[in-house]
Amino acid sequence: MTGYINSIETMGLVDGPGIRMVVFMKGCPLRCLFCHNPETWTMAEAKEITSDEIVKDLANNATYYDNGGVTFSGGEPLMQPEFLLECLKKIKEIGIHTAIDTSGVGVGLYKEILEYTDLVILDIKAITEADYEKMTGHKIDTFNEFVKVLNESGKKVWLRQVVVPTINDNPEYMHDLKEYIKQIKNVEKVELLPYHLYGVDKYKELNIPYPLEGIPPMNETKLDELERILKEE
Amino acid sequence: MEAWNDFKGETWKKEINVFDFIKENYTEYTGDDSFLVGPTEKTLRVLKICEDKAKIELEKGIYDVETNIVSGINNFKPGYISEDDDVIVGLQTDELFKRIVNPYGGMRMVEQALAAYGYELNPDVKKHFTTYRRTHNDGVFSAYTTDIRKARHAGLLTGLPDAYGRGRIIGDYRRIALYGIDYLIEKKKEDLLLLEQRTLDEYTIRLREEVSMQIDALGEIKKMAASYGFDISNPATNAKEAIQWLYFGYLAAIKENNGAAMSLGRTSTFIDIYIERDLKNGVLTETDAQELIDQFIIKLRVARHLRTPDYNELFAGDPTWVTESIGGMLEDGHSLVTKSSFRYLHTLINLDSSPEPNLTILWSDRLPHNFKKYCAKISAKTDSIQYENDEVMRPLHGSDYAIACCVSAMTVGKQMQFFGARCNLAKALLYSINGGVDEMKGELIVDGFDKMTDEVLDYDKVMSVYDRMLEVVAKTYVDAMNIIHFMHDKYAYEAGQMALHDTDPEKLMAFGVAGLSVVIDSLSAIKYAKVKPIRNEEGIAIDFEIEGDFPKYGNDDNRVDEIGVDLVKRFYDKLCKYPLYKGAKHTLSVLTITSNVVYGKKTGATPDGRGAGVPFAPGANPMHGRDASGAIASLNSVAKIPYAHVCEDGISNTFSIVPNALGNDDETRYENLVNLMDGYFKRGAQHLNVNVLNRDTLIDAMDHPDKYPTLTIRVSGYAVRFNRLSKEQQLEVINRTFHGNI
Repeated sequence: MTGYINSIETMGLVDGPGIRMVVFMKGCPLRCLFCHNPETWTMAEAKEITSDEIVKDLANNATYYDNGGVTFSGGEPLMQPEFLLECLKKIKEIGIHTAIDTSGVGVGLYKEILEYTDLVILDIKAITEADYEKMTGHKIDTFNEFVKVLNESGKKVWLRQVVVPTINDNPEYMHDLKEYIKQIKNVEKVELLPYHLYGVDKYKELNIPYPLEGIPPMNETKLDELERILKEE
Repeated sequence: MEAWNDFKGETWKKEINVFDFIKENYTEYTGDDSFLVGPTEKTLRVLKICEDKAKIELEKGIYDVETNIVSGINNFKPGYISEDDDVIVGLQTDELFKRIVNPYGGMRMVEQALAAYGYELNPDVKKHFTTYRRTHNDGVFSAYTTDIRKARHAGLLTGLPDAYGRGRIIGDYRRIALYGIDYLIEKKKEDLLLLEQRTLDEYTIRLREEVSMQIDALGEIKKMAASYGFDISNPATNAKEAIQWLYFGYLAAIKENNGAAMSLGRTSTFIDIYIERDLKNGVLTETDAQELIDQFIIKLRVARHLRTPDYNELFAGDPTWVTESIGGMLEDGHSLVTKSSFRYLHTLINLDSSPEPNLTILWSDRLPHNFKKYCAKISAKTDSIQYENDEVMRPLHGSDYAIACCVSAMTVGKQMQFFGARCNLAKALLYSINGGVDEMKGELIVDGFDKMTDEVLDYDKVMSVYDRMLEVVAKTYVDAMNIIHFMHDKYAYEAGQMALHDTDPEKLMAFGVAGLSVVIDSLSAIKYAKVKPIRNEEGIAIDFEIEGDFPKYGNDDNRVDEIGVDLVKRFYDKLCKYPLYKGAKHTLSVLTITSNVVYGKKTGATPDGRGAGVPFAPGANPMHGRDASGAIASLNSVAKIPYAHVCEDGISNTFSIVPNALGNDDETRYENLVNLMDGYFKRGAQHLNVNVLNRDTLIDAMDHPDKYPTLTIRVSGYAVRFNRLSKEQQLEVINRTFHGNI
């Protein structure tokens, strides 16, 4: 089966454990204000790739992926469910660790996909319905549906929250977040990611107005402080 | 014998066999780094003196040089950094950083170097070396052929050790600690007698003279040690003596010789046996143990040789390649990692990062995980260590080999190397197109070739001429090497170092190539795109116009990577057609150190689109920016260059990655570095220099050198303080591919 991707990074070191092949898939229904990959929103200029090609590349570089594996990211991997499922099945056959990096917003087949997924890296966009819609331009219901299936699957979860100055860079939000994520099971790790400006040029190139114009990148020291708050008992 | 109390094993007691001693007595350590301790006050005081004096040295170029006495094992009065605080003693001369003149290699280099720093040689010494005896350099130039002279003049063959010490010889300095000098002398005398039974042909006559010189040298080492108040006739009885005895051996080597690379060998696990025994007997604490090692390492850091400014342009930063090999595996599946392996690496924290000694990890995926992680941590923190694949070298050299210089493996005390610099393969390719005429000088360098007049270069035709060109170049190269090493033995024999080898060790003659990635991409361009030479009035191609795209080395693309594999095999086979001096074995390296900048400067535009004078990529690296398919693809291309049976003298790859791309926190970064090394070396690759840093840091360091006095980076096979590189070299490093830039 053929899927649509933006690119493949053969040495991904920040999207799951170990060294990973990261498949950046095309297409995402969300329009997150802080998104730094706007080029993956639509199918424009997508590259076609077959599941066999992905498996072959993985097998070729297997020595690097012994303690890592593959991560399907995007874009939103759940938006190409049949392709994703086929890839995951074939990859599990050669014994490589699989992860999906997702916003939890897809179009079904969740149960089947999760069956072949070792780790789910799940983005928390916002924790109230209103904020979620403001941040993503999308209702939170789809996300909640995914979390339900995810909880039933028993799969390991890493949570990720992008911290954006003026939006959620405050201790109160961290306290709320800590409460909110209690509803998600099997959470192994919560990562706070600093908002950065690496996406700005991409918006310019694509002629899309930059949604967070004027907001500075997240200060790392402050981020450490927030992380301490989030992680304290 | 009291010195050997508690030591197990029998074989090593009956013959000189340090490896057997190690196997029988070492204690593998699989724990983590939590036992390590900081430096003592004494160590810090010694370090401070060195740092202060090094500042003066940096300003003046050299601190001082002895112009009345020449190199020799026991030619200098004892010197100390601090008589009160030196725990391990011994300096090359009577004063810290005072350099030695070594005229045995050649007078011209000595005079140039002295003149550059405003010194003049004692006229009597000069007279001696110009009137009464000949030097290595005199010998070589008496015998050099016309072809060699031309190849050397044009830069087809460069860096040849024909005017300075060849280096790359590793004495088994451990032998002095384990056996004491007297036993070594006794054994050499036995060997000398045994040689009487051989047919006294030229080889054996020469060997008998050499062994006699070795016996004298051992006596000199003993006298030199005595001048510091130590009697090293007998084996060392404790850890402090073991380090001191061993160091006297190394010190003798760097008093006697000024080779480009004066490497130490593989000493940490050997030393650890003595430290463990002392710790067990309650006569040493961890603080004492670290102090001994810190002070030993300080001594290695202050070794200096007198070089000319030209030499510094080739090999920047005053390198001495005191390479020490750490780690590696035994055949039985245990590693040779000990607590002292950690202690050696820990000096980079206790004494701050430093290019010397050139700490080299012999990597295997089976090394204890805690050790691998500690190495990664030290790499990420200091960018000062390099990695080489034990799994490809051990099958060729056994478990007791060490690295000389950057990537050259040899079994300690059982193999030695005839160092041979390198041949510029890119220039040879241009000669194939230009009828043997040098593209920069316009002079005919290689006879017997026609200028190509084709409008578009034809791959098959270019390959067939290039093959013939390499044949001629290989002959010239072998001739040069045979002459050089014949004369080096004759006029500048390393008696002190060779005394610490078996009497008739295996010899490796190390040839080298530069410009590999340039040639690979050039041939790929000719094969897969349309390459039109742009010629000057004399019909010499001075530039190339490329139409269309072509696969480039560094992207894990077999279409082009196979060209590289074929090229090194082809050149190696050609070298092997010609027999070598003393029956040496041919080996080949892909290594440039920092000389890739100078090679590039001397080489015209190439068919891959590289402009005239633009630096080559270092070692076996893909050209900067052309490895566009990610880090793994880049590493995979280099890993295809064959080590065993072809490039057995090493394949250097330098890899830079930005810290944030390696992981979000330190722990993850260390684990990922371990994964990266495991992944690379499991593919059969031989060497990796790892830099974990941001390009912005380097740019800032270029503009504000004062802010980064100890910023150390790995270049090709060694590390260097960034502020010791020339502007050109700094720019070349900055322009290299940094993996993981977002």
